[in-house]
Amino acid sequence: MTKALLLRTAGTNCDRETQRALELAGAKVERVHVKRLIETPALLSSASLLVLPGGFSYGDDVAAGRLLGFELRQFLSTPLARFVEQGGHVLGVCNGFQVLVDSGLFEPAGAERSLALGPNESARFECRWVVLEPAKCQAKWLAALGPLPMPSAHGEGRFTVRDAQTLALLESSGRVALRYAKAPGESEYPSSPNGSVGRIAGICDATGRVLGLMPHPERNITAWHLPDWTRRAPRREGEGLAFYRGLVTAAQAARPT
Amino acid sequence: MQSNGTARTAAALLQPMARPWRVEIFAREPAVDSKAHGALKRLHEAGTSSVRSVRVGRGYLLSPLLAARTVQTIVERLLVDPVLDRATLLAPSDDAAPLAPGVHRLCIARKPGVMDPVASSVMRALRRSLLADKPEETARVGYFQVIELEGALSRAELERIARQLFANDVVDDIHLDASVLMLPAPAKAKARSAMSVPLRHLDESALLELSRAGQLSLSATEMRAIQAHYQELGREPSACELETIAQTWSEHCKHKTFTGRIDFDGELIDNLLKQTIKRATLELNKPWCVSVFHDNAGIIEFLPASSSGSGDAGGTGWNVCFKVETHNHPSAIDPFGGAGTGVGGVIRDILGVGLGAKPIATTDAFFVGPLDLPASQVPKGCMHPARILRGVVAGVRDYGNPMGIPTVNGGLWTHARYVGNPLVYAGTVGLLPAACSFKSVQKHDRIVVVGGRTGRDGIHGATFSSIELAEESQVVSSSAVQIGDPITEKRVQDALLLARDLGLYRAITDCGAGGLSSAVGEMGAELGARVHLERVPLKYPGLAAHEIWISEAQERMVLAVDPAQLAALLAIFEAEDCDATDIGEFTGNGRLELLDDGERVGDLDMHFLHEGTPRPVRRATARAPRQEDLSVPACADPARMLHMLLAHPDVSSREWIVRQYDHEVQGTSVIKPHVGARGDGPGNASVLQPLWDSARGIAIACGASPRYGLLDPWAMATASIDEALRNAVAVGGDPEQTAILDNFSWGNCEKPEHLGDLVLASRACYAAAKAFGTPFISGKDSLNNEFKTASGTIAIPPTLYVSALAIVPDVARSVTMDLKRSGNVLYIVGMTHAELGASVYFEQLGREQGRVPRPDLALAPAALRAVHRAIATGLVRACHDLSEGGLAVAAAEMAFAGDLGLDVDLERMPLAPLPDKADELAVRLFSESCTRFLIEVEPEHCAAFEALFARLDLARLGTVTASGRLVLRSGARVVLESPLESLRSAHHGGFQG
Repeated sequence: MTKALLLRTAGTNCDRETQRALELAGAKVERVHVKRLIETPALLSSASLLVLPGGFSYGDDVAAGRLLGFELRQFLSTPLARFVEQGGHVLGVCNGFQVLVDSGLFEPAGAERSLALGPNESARFECRWVVLEPAKCQAKWLAALGPLPMPSAHGEGRFTVRDAQTLALLESSGRVALRYAKAPGESEYPSSPNGSVGRIAGICDATGRVLGLMPHPERNITAWHLPDWTRRAPRREGEGLAFYRGLVTAAQAARPT
Repeated sequence: MQSNGTARTAAALLQPMARPWRVEIFAREPAVDSKAHGALKRLHEAGTSSVRSVRVGRGYLLSPLLAARTVQTIVERLLVDPVLDRATLLAPSDDAAPLAPGVHRLCIARKPGVMDPVASSVMRALRRSLLADKPEETARVGYFQVIELEGALSRAELERIARQLFANDVVDDIHLDASVLMLPAPAKAKARSAMSVPLRHLDESALLELSRAGQLSLSATEMRAIQAHYQELGREPSACELETIAQTWSEHCKHKTFTGRIDFDGELIDNLLKQTIKRATLELNKPWCVSVFHDNAGIIEFLPASSSGSGDAGGTGWNVCFKVETHNHPSAIDPFGGAGTGVGGVIRDILGVGLGAKPIATTDAFFVGPLDLPASQVPKGCMHPARILRGVVAGVRDYGNPMGIPTVNGGLWTHARYVGNPLVYAGTVGLLPAACSFKSVQKHDRIVVVGGRTGRDGIHGATFSSIELAEESQVVSSSAVQIGDPITEKRVQDALLLARDLGLYRAITDCGAGGLSSAVGEMGAELGARVHLERVPLKYPGLAAHEIWISEAQERMVLAVDPAQLAALLAIFEAEDCDATDIGEFTGNGRLELLDDGERVGDLDMHFLHEGTPRPVRRATARAPRQEDLSVPACADPARMLHMLLAHPDVSSREWIVRQYDHEVQGTSVIKPHVGARGDGPGNASVLQPLWDSARGIAIACGASPRYGLLDPWAMATASIDEALRNAVAVGGDPEQTAILDNFSWGNCEKPEHLGDLVLASRACYAAAKAFGTPFISGKDSLNNEFKTASGTIAIPPTLYVSALAIVPDVARSVTMDLKRSGNVLYIVGMTHAELGASVYFEQLGREQGRVPRPDLALAPAALRAVHRAIATGLVRACHDLSEGGLAVAAAEMAFAGDLGLDVDLERMPLAPLPDKADELAVRLFSESCTRFLIEVEPEHCAAFEALFARLDLARLGTVTASGRLVLRSGARVVLESPLESLRSAHHGGFQG
C-alpha cells in the first residue's frame, strides 16, 4: 500500500479531509507534526508521498506559509531534496502550496526564488468554486483527468513570477500543471479567483513529482460536494477523488512502498 | 514560568531600551498592492480626494542588541518575499526613512500590552532558529502597519484618515514616523494585590462608590450582602476575594435578571428562565436531548450507538452540541477584536462541553445601524455602522478561517436603534463521541491551565458587559478589549482532542468571562480548589495576583487531571507546542484558596460565592401590542417596490460576507450558504454531513425579527422561532428532531417596561417550543444594551436571535431554494394574513404600525411536518420560506437563483379575511405572515404531494417557465413583470462591504 506522510503543524486545518481523500484513493496515511519530522527526517524514507495540507500554518503571520516554509528551509531542505531525488512525490494544497513555494522546492537548489503567491487581487479571502484544467506538464498523470471543479478558499493565492522569462521557462518546460478554466463568455474574475498570471492555479517542479495547487480537490469527494448537485442527476463521487487516485498511483509507481 | 526566571527577565527589561532596528516592507510592484487599491477606493468614497496614491506596508522592530549581519539574515530569510516585496532597513542610529516630496507616512502599532500575534509568531520562530543560542531579549519583536500617502494633507487630515481606515484608538497608537516606536515596554516591578479592602464600616453610598471605582458593577444590595458576610467573619475582604465575588455575581455570569424574582404587574415570577424556557424543555422530555442547560452548550443525540456502520459512524454513537454567544459591548468599541474574540470564546465553549467536542461549524449574526447613515448622524463616541459591519465580518473571518471551522449560517439585520449598541452573535456546533458527553471533577485532581498566556488584557470584561455603553466607553473600557490569536486556540484544540481520546483528563471548562476566577470557581464549586497564582504562565511579568486571577486573556482552558495522568497529559501538549501548567488542586474542603508565592491572598467559602447572591425583586410591566392602525396602503408600482425590497439591507445579497468565510473547510458541506445555477441564491440554511460514512446530516438555521419587537414582543419571539424552524425544514431538517437556542439581547431591564417585554417574549418562547415540540437546549442573554448620549438613552429593539439545529435523516434528500425545471408546478403552503406591521414594505412607506406576524401555533407544527414529509420522500424540487418582503421577494429569489422564469396567479393564495382599509394586492405581495413556503414539484408528483397537505392550507400557485421573467398576476391581470437579470442585480445592488 502506498504510504503517505501528512505534514502538520499549528494552524494546519485541512488534514482530516485530505487524509480521508488519500485513504479513499488507496494510500495509508501517517500524520506527522513538523517538530517530529525535524527531529527524525528519516520518517521520509518509508514514504512514497509527502502531503502538505491546507490551513493557516502559524496563523500565516508575516505572509501565508512563510513561517513553515522557513522551517523547511532551515531544518529540512536536504532531506526533502533527497526524498524527491529518490522518487518521492510531494503535494501541497492551498497553504501547503504556499509553504512549498516558500521552501524553494520548486526551484533549483540554491537559486534565488523566482515564484510567489501574493495577496488576491480582490485583497480579500474568498471562498468560491472554480474549475481547473490540467495542462500538459511534467506531472504526466494529470493528463488523464478532465476538468476538475473544486472550491478555492484563500486570501493569498495570486501566482506571480519574477519576470516574463521565468514564466516563459515555466510554460516551455512543462511546469504549469493546472489553470483556472474559463467557459466561453465567462469573465476573467471570478473564474480565476485571485488574478494569477496566466490563470495558473498549480505548478510542478522539473521532475513532475513536486506538485502544488491553490484550490482544494479534497473538498470535492462525495456525491454532494458540488454546489449545484441538487440540479443534477445523482453522482457517485466528486472529481477530486480522481485527482488523488492519480497522485497515489503515480507516487506508488515512482517509489513503491 | 519559574518565578526566578520572571525576575531575571524583568531585570533585563528594566534597562533603558535603545531605539530598535526598523524594517519597512512594501509591495515591489505598486500595481499589485491590492490593499492599497482598496484603501484608495474607500478614501475616495469618503470624500477625501486630496490623496493621489497609497502604499500599504508592514513594519518590524528588531532588537538593537542584534548585529547588522544577523538583522540582514532575519530580514532576508524570514520577513521579506524576494519576488513580491521591497524592504527598507533602518539601523538604531538612523532617523526617519526619507520620503519623496508630497508623501506622508503613518505608522500604526498596537498599544503596549495589546496582544500582537504576528510579533509573537516571529519571536517564536527566531528563538527556535536563527537566535536559538542568543539571549532571550535579542528575539524581542515589534510589528506595525506602515502606510504612505501621496497628496497635500495636513497632520489633522492624516490622523483622521488613520482613524477612519487603519487604526482604532482603543487598541492602536498612531505615529507619523517609525523612529519613535519602541519594542514592547519594559516591565515594572510586580504589582501587589491589596490584602485588605476596608468595607465593613462603609455606608451605602460609600459601598456603591467602591463598586463603581473598582469597576465591580455590584448593586447596593449585593455590596451590603458582601459587607454582612465579612462582618460575620470579622475581617475585611482581600482584593482577590472581592474581585472573585464581583465576577461570579456579574449579570454576565449569573443571569440575575433571568433567574431572579420578578414582580410582573403584581404577579410574582420566581426564576423566569425556569418558568418558561427550561420548562418547555423539561415538559417536552425528548429522549434525544442528552445534556441541556447545565454544561457549556446543549448536547443532543446525532447518531445512536445501535445504528452501527463502519469506520467513524460505527461503534460508540455520536452527539452534536450547539452554543451561541453574544459579544456586543466589546464589538461596539473594537469591532474586529470584539467579534474575533467572540468567535474564539464560543469555540472554547464547544471545546469545553462534556469532555470536549470538535467544532464543526460556526454561525454569526450581526444587528447594526443603517448602513447608509449620513456621517453627521453618527452619535458621538460611536463608529459608523458600515465600519462596524466591515470590522465584525473581518473579525469573524480572521478567527474562524484559521481555526479551520466552516462558517455556514448567520444573518444581518439593520435598525436605527442599533447605532450605538450593535449586536454580534457567534455560534459553534460541535461533534463528540456519545461517551464523552459528561464530566466530573474528583478530589485531588490537579488544576491544569492550557493554551494562551495570561496578561492584563480583558480585565473586567464580565462586569463591563453588564453595564450600559456611553460616549466615553471607548476611553474607560479599553482594558476590556482584546485581540484574538486563533492559532494558539487551534493548538489547544489539537492537543485537547488527542488527550480526550486517550482519557487523560476528567473535566474541562473554558476561561471566558471572569477568567480563571470563573473557570476554577465553577469547576471547584462542590469540592473547593487551591490555586498557586505565581505558577500561571504570563505574557509579561508584573501582574498582581488579582489581575492574574480575573484576567480574561483569550485562548485558555482549565482541565481537572488525575495526578496519575498528569505527565502523559503534559507530554501531549508539549508535542503540540501548547503551554500546559499545573497550577493547583481540587481539594475537597469546599473553600477557594488563592496563594501567591506562598502568601494566602484569598480564602473564600464556595457556598457563599455561589449561593450568597441576594435575589431582589425587579418590577416588570406588560405593554399591549401596538397595533391601533391595521390598515395596509396600496402599492402604486409593485415592480419598483419589489426591486427596492430586494436591495433592502435585511434582504439583499450577503455574498460579500459569506465568501470571505471558508464555508467548505472540513469537507462536510452538503448545502452551502449560497445555492442555485450561478451560486447566488440566498439559501435557507446549511446542511452538513459530519461523519464521512453516514448519510445522516444536520441543518443549521436561524431566525430573528427585531423590527417586530418594538410593536409586539410576544409576536416577535414566536415569529423568530417560526423563521428558524422554517429555514431548517426547508432544506430537509426534521422538525421532530430539532433543537433550538435562545439568545436574548435587550435594553436595560431595570426599566419595568423592558423587563415586561422580556417576560412576554419568554412566555412566547415557552408556548412556541411546546407547540412545535422543539426543546431549547442552550441560551444566553445580554440585558443591558443601551447607549447613553447627551440627549438621552437609545435602547435596542427587543431582539431574540433563534438558532436551530435539525437532524437531516438522509443528506441525499436535501433541497435547495432555486427553481429547477421549466414546466414544474409552484405551490404555496400556509395562510396569508394582513400582517405587515414593522414589515420591510412598511419601512419603505415610512410607517411601522400594523399587525405583526405571529404563527398560528395550532396549525403551524402540522404544516412543518407535512413539508418535511414531502421533502424526505423526494417529492420536492425546490423549497423557500417566505419572510421579509413576503411572497414577491421569495418568488423573485427562487427565480433568479434557478435562472428560470415563474408565472404565478396571486388570486389563488389562501387569504384570511382582511381588516378595513387593507389593500388586498399589497397584502398578497408583501405580507410577512409566518409558516409559509413556496415549493416546486414535478407534475407527476403533484397528487402525492397534495395528499400530504389534506387538512392544511395549500394552493397551486403557478408554473416554472423558460421565459426568463417573473410574472405575478391577479387572475388575468399582470400586476408585476420583471426580467430575472434586473431582479438579480437589485438583490446584489445593496451594500457590498
